[in-house]
Amino acid sequence: MDWAYFLQQLINGLTLGAIYGLIAIGYTMVYGIIGMINFAHGEIYMLGAFHSLITFLICQAAGISGILPLTLLLMLFVSMVLTSIYGWGVERVAYRPLRGSFRLAALISAIGMSIFLQNFVQISQGARVKPMQPLVEGGITLMESANFDVQLSYMQIVIIVLTFVLMVVFSLLIAKTSLGRAQRACEQDRTMAGLLGVNVDRTISTTFVMGAALASVAGMMVTLYYGVIDFYIGFLAGVKAFTAAVLGGIGSLPGAMLGGLLIGLIEAFWSGYLTIEYKDVATFGILVLVLIFRPWGLLGKPEVEKV
Amino acid sequence: MSSAFASSRTNGSEIVKELAFFAVVALLMSVMILGVETVDRPTGLELAVRWDLVLLAIGSTVVGRLALIIRRESISRLVQAVLITITAVAVFEMFVRFRDMDDRWASPVSFDMALSSAVSSVVALAFIAIVFAIAYFSMKEKGVVEVEESEKLSSKIQLAYRSNTKKIGLVGIIFFIIFPFIFGENRSAIDLATLVMIYIMLGWGLNIVVGLAGLLDLGYVAFYAVGAYSYALLSQNFDLSFWLCLPLAGIFAASFGIILGFPVLRLRGDYLAIVTLGFGEIIRVVLINWYDLTGGPDGISSIERPSFFGLADFSRRVPEGTIGFNELFGMEYSSMHRLIFLYYLILALALVTNFVTMRLRKLPIGRAWEALREDEIACRSLGINPTNTKLSAFAIGAMFGGFAGAFFATRQGFISPESFTFLESAVILAIVVLGGMGSQIGVVLAAIVMIGFPEMFRELAEYRMLIFGAGIVAIMLWRPRGLLSFRDPTILLNMSQKEKVAGELK
Amino acid sequence: MTDNKLLEVEHLTMRFGGLVAIDNLSFTANKREITAIIGPNGAGKTTVFNCLTGFYVPTEGRLTLHADDGPRLLERTEGFRIPRNNGVARTFQNIRLFTGMTVLENLIVAQHNRLMEASAFSIAGLFNLGRYSRAEKAAIEKAEFWLNKVGLYDQADWNAGNLPYGSQRRLEIARAMCTDPSLLCLDEPAAGLNPRESAELNVLLQSIRDDQGVGCLLIEHDMSVVMQISDHVIVLDYGRKIADGNPEAVKNDPAVIRAYLGEDEDDELPPEVAADLNVDPNAH
Repeated sequence: MDWAYFLQQLINGLTLGAIYGLIAIGYTMVYGIIGMINFAHGEIYMLGAFHSLITFLICQAAGISGILPLTLLLMLFVSMVLTSIYGWGVERVAYRPLRGSFRLAALISAIGMSIFLQNFVQISQGARVKPMQPLVEGGITLMESANFDVQLSYMQIVIIVLTFVLMVVFSLLIAKTSLGRAQRACEQDRTMAGLLGVNVDRTISTTFVMGAALASVAGMMVTLYYGVIDFYIGFLAGVKAFTAAVLGGIGSLPGAMLGGLLIGLIEAFWSGYLTIEYKDVATFGILVLVLIFRPWGLLGKPEVEKV
Repeated sequence: MSSAFASSRTNGSEIVKELAFFAVVALLMSVMILGVETVDRPTGLELAVRWDLVLLAIGSTVVGRLALIIRRESISRLVQAVLITITAVAVFEMFVRFRDMDDRWASPVSFDMALSSAVSSVVALAFIAIVFAIAYFSMKEKGVVEVEESEKLSSKIQLAYRSNTKKIGLVGIIFFIIFPFIFGENRSAIDLATLVMIYIMLGWGLNIVVGLAGLLDLGYVAFYAVGAYSYALLSQNFDLSFWLCLPLAGIFAASFGIILGFPVLRLRGDYLAIVTLGFGEIIRVVLINWYDLTGGPDGISSIERPSFFGLADFSRRVPEGTIGFNELFGMEYSSMHRLIFLYYLILALALVTNFVTMRLRKLPIGRAWEALREDEIACRSLGINPTNTKLSAFAIGAMFGGFAGAFFATRQGFISPESFTFLESAVILAIVVLGGMGSQIGVVLAAIVMIGFPEMFRELAEYRMLIFGAGIVAIMLWRPRGLLSFRDPTILLNMSQKEKVAGELK
Repeated sequence: MTDNKLLEVEHLTMRFGGLVAIDNLSFTANKREITAIIGPNGAGKTTVFNCLTGFYVPTEGRLTLHADDGPRLLERTEGFRIPRNNGVARTFQNIRLFTGMTVLENLIVAQHNRLMEASAFSIAGLFNLGRYSRAEKAAIEKAEFWLNKVGLYDQADWNAGNLPYGSQRRLEIARAMCTDPSLLCLDEPAAGLNPRESAELNVLLQSIRDDQGVGCLLIEHDMSVVMQISDHVIVLDYGRKIADGNPEAVKNDPAVIRAYLGEDEDDELPPEVAADLNVDPNAH
């Protein structure tokens, strides 16, 4: 076995997995609190990618793109803030009026929202693929073998570290703050939480906003890592991230991250050792297997059927 | 929550605050996506600024919000209608501007339009008038007798509809049958009607799964694809005729339904949704990558067209040993014959779907589907096998999807994975849900609204899907249970349907 | 070992992880008798039902139903097959009707398996063959019988969800009876009923026992129901049987009184406290 090649796939898989994980957290949080799939979440991630791209172009036009840390921070900040507002908007328009109504109605309106956002970006920014020059270049050569050098690029380090930091921050946010407490209360019982003085509307909005903020970071990472984005990237990433959330156990934050990493690794190894074409099939195949044998996911809690 | 406060009027400064808040939100949402355009240049991406669009977005948001506030505070209906009209014009303005990027800060497009020619000014005025009328008449003023009147009217319409479903259905069928006689020579009308009919059939097929059995299937297009590819491949590789392949396509699709359904139908609603979505994608990925069999992204072309039940052919030059359709009936050759035949073919297939569904509903299996949708645990306590019951719904729904797929392949003569994306599944599901779950006539209505109308406005090509998405959201907000959302009992003991409806509406 | 036994529960144990919901429970229920299972909240009563009707697979123990054509082992049967093949029907603590369907449809769905066979798994039904129409007619007749029995004939075409609460309870019983059970398990059928409805329920259950000859297993907190109609009472506490006998004997059993009123008052229970057992001890 070629360990160098294996190590390289591991690094690539972890990087990709970190990105999926960040998107998956949005799904898992929203599902936890309102029990519904946020179908427009993939588009939020796509909007995050576009916001960061445009911020970069503005920095470039303003002539500050040479100062790399500043540019990166600006991209991160602007895209998080602006994309969060879209997350908020999705909740306000497509979910809140239908809360407590017929379940499928909200799902369909979210699908409508997703179609709308996709086409909105397509029309306003054009349908063509947007290229982005690499900002963070270079890397470390970890291992040299006869025919293959294992590379860990700086970009990959940035992605993994940033994901880790965000994970810690958000976990603390949910575990320690009153906002997190309100969120957990709403997950358990919305009506009761409302009666006890939790502002349910605001808590749900905040959940969408937090999910959108993380998805926008994922969008920015993808922009920097792959260097191309288009208006359609949200769909597949969304589906895979949801798969990750289910795999890890929906409603569980560490589960979402773990699921994301697993999906990333599966994809990387499948493409590295088997066929690149069928990597999506592998992902979904694993989703089906997990749902059949462990429907509550890896870190989720099994639900006892109440009769 | 908000309704509790709706009666108390908000004071002026709060309204200003609210408007300012939404103005800021609109600014932040539009500042980059609308305000900055990324332009491809040989040197890389460059920026172009479009502040007018941002201003329009903010303007329309503020005015639209104002209309909502006025509605909430139940102030004049006229003012609301005016504000909504202004919003609509501003939004229209915004999208027109996407098209012509030069002449920033020129005079408003609709203004130009109104002046430029008689026709366009009529169009512009008509647009404004329609929006205004819709806004004016759909508004409710609280505490006014008119509202009760209009509600009574709508319940009367509902009553009339519910007690005459059969007649309405019959009139609809007759209309669709005589349709080619009315539009006989109009190629695009027949094409459009055929397209709508395909979606009606798909909607009816999916209605069994989603509407009756309550199983959320987001990958219905997979069965459509299986049907289309099985016909295309069987006809190309084994030279089988359409009439033989049609049932085979249905059987293949149904078997796929069973193979997929068996492991996943135990899952709860949303999980089922995501697995079916994944399955739809798997099928598409396989179709793209299995180049030897499916031709990959290039698809399969020159698929055999159907013959007239094996008796005659529709081509201009008929192959040796067969006879042309026009010769068979002693008519002039016309390329319309085939189109009209295809139209009747899909109409017949759709009606079969409808007939079978209506009949199944009144059989134990159909009642078990509906019972399962209502309460699975209760079903188990009554000895109903949930897995088999769900599986039967899934398989029958898939079978009709397969039939529709085979028809699609023979009509197009060319298929590729492009035609079987998730968007198709979403559209079919939207037709079912918008129509009102389980309502057969609702599906027809929704298919016409969703497929027919957008196709008629082809000029708006690039905005079609945008409006489509916004329309889905709007209809869901307006009628969460769909356009025609009521359930017809499958069996009645004492009352006639009319009495029942009357009793319920009282 | 008379052949009057209908249900024999032997050493039934049900564990959820570390929690022991039922601990080595054994009892029998006889044909043509109403057997009540009572006990404080959380005593494991509904869990017994869930084991009997196939919603849970018992951790240990044997559940034997002595049907007319021989004994059947319930713990070996997969969920929905218990009502289908073995004739155990049940109602639920929180009513589970098909609320969007009409009252009559609820009763027809209950006869699903017989109708399904008659429609040759829908193939004969699709073409409206005579065999199916006859079966459907018979099903409607049975439904009509039960509609009259529970006094819902005039509401037959209502949506089940629009019925008042008491009627929903009765409809659920009628629906369970439409499956032709030999054992009917009723989970708190009198909960939420007013005294008049509760008295009507007594009459209905007695008629099911006496006229239909169906054995009933009854979970109930309403002691007026339990004491008046049951032939045999079993008391559970923390998953264990603490008393078993006729209503009178159980009522005066000190172990039962302890379970309901707590350990401390032990033996000094004045007679009027014991009489209080006639009221629902869990009512707040």
